[in-house]
Amino acid sequence: MTFASEHASLDPAIPAGAARAEPSMAGVGDYLALLKPRVMSLVVFTALAGLMLAPGQLHPVLGFFALLCIAVGAGAAGALNMWYDADIDAKMSRTVGRPIPAGRVQPGEALAFGVTLAVGSVVMLGLMVDVLAAGLLAFTIFFYAVVYTMWLKRWTPQNIVIGGAAGAFPPMIAWAAATGGLGIEPILLFLIIFFWTPPHFWALGLLRADEYARAGVPMLPVVAGVAETRRQILIYSLVLAPVGASPWLLGYATWAYGLVAALAGALVIASAWRLYRAPAGDVADGAAKRLFGLSILYLFVLFATLLVERGAAAFVGRVFA
Amino acid sequence: MSMAMSEQQPTEPGIVLTEEQKRRRRARSIALALTLGVLVLLVYIVTVVKLGPGVMNRPL
Repeated sequence: MTFASEHASLDPAIPAGAARAEPSMAGVGDYLALLKPRVMSLVVFTALAGLMLAPGQLHPVLGFFALLCIAVGAGAAGALNMWYDADIDAKMSRTVGRPIPAGRVQPGEALAFGVTLAVGSVVMLGLMVDVLAAGLLAFTIFFYAVVYTMWLKRWTPQNIVIGGAAGAFPPMIAWAAATGGLGIEPILLFLIIFFWTPPHFWALGLLRADEYARAGVPMLPVVAGVAETRRQILIYSLVLAPVGASPWLLGYATWAYGLVAALAGALVIASAWRLYRAPAGDVADGAAKRLFGLSILYLFVLFATLLVERGAAAFVGRVFA
Repeated sequence: MSMAMSEQQPTEPGIVLTEEQKRRRRARSIALALTLGVLVLLVYIVTVVKLGPGVMNRPL
């Protein structure tokens, strides 16, 4: 018998049978898990690229503080996502071990944690670094937690396409933090992540289609079928490759980046083509897994190349100044 | 009357945490204290960086 059912009638203000929170079993690790650290690491990495590529000189301490605020804001959005999606998470093997469905964290704890961090990160970024960046961070958290999680995810198979914008904002936020404005370059970084998201998540969606169907999430493989999902993955990969090379095509990066982006884009297209042509069964699963892994590597390589290029340019500029 | 009042008093001790719950609460408290300490330090450093030499330039 639980504490709530044992004690529900002790307080006359609370009717018998009313739910009461159990004493928390949350450990520190559970709170960290609510922040979705793997997503957060991608956010920090892409935001770092935005920060380093931006013109001007932001003090390193302010740059670190801006990255911290962006990371905490992203973590807050993750916590709010886990709070709202606990019912879905409980039905999927990939997510059933998360702190809320596993019963270690109460939903109210996750909600309070997410809201506190969201407000705190936005306010601190606005007060200490830049108001535009803070506004963009607030919009990103709202977009992920409300537009994607509460609305799109359970409503349309285009959920991760539109919702992918939330994951694409961090370089723009960092750029705004460094410059106080926006430009073409951060928009290109946004577009790279935006068009990268569908092939990345639909490759995962193909592997987990049964679970998404059981949880009632209208992912594309569930609603439109495997063949249509593979076709959409191929189309988005064909769009992603030139968008990935666009910083070089528009003169914001050197030929070295262009070469890396062209090779990486060709690999993603080839992987998407193999998935498109794969027969059903283990071969298709293997192709989807390879594309999922390759897509992560693709984004890392592109942003790392941009970072290395900018670092090299700064070094050369200092040596020959 | 007094009998009725005594009947309304809870006879159970209320929430009694298990040892594991106490251990986790203590870990959470320590983590929160450390986080707040780091936040205070960060805000102090960022404030000094933003103000620069102007931090000393104020009317007495």
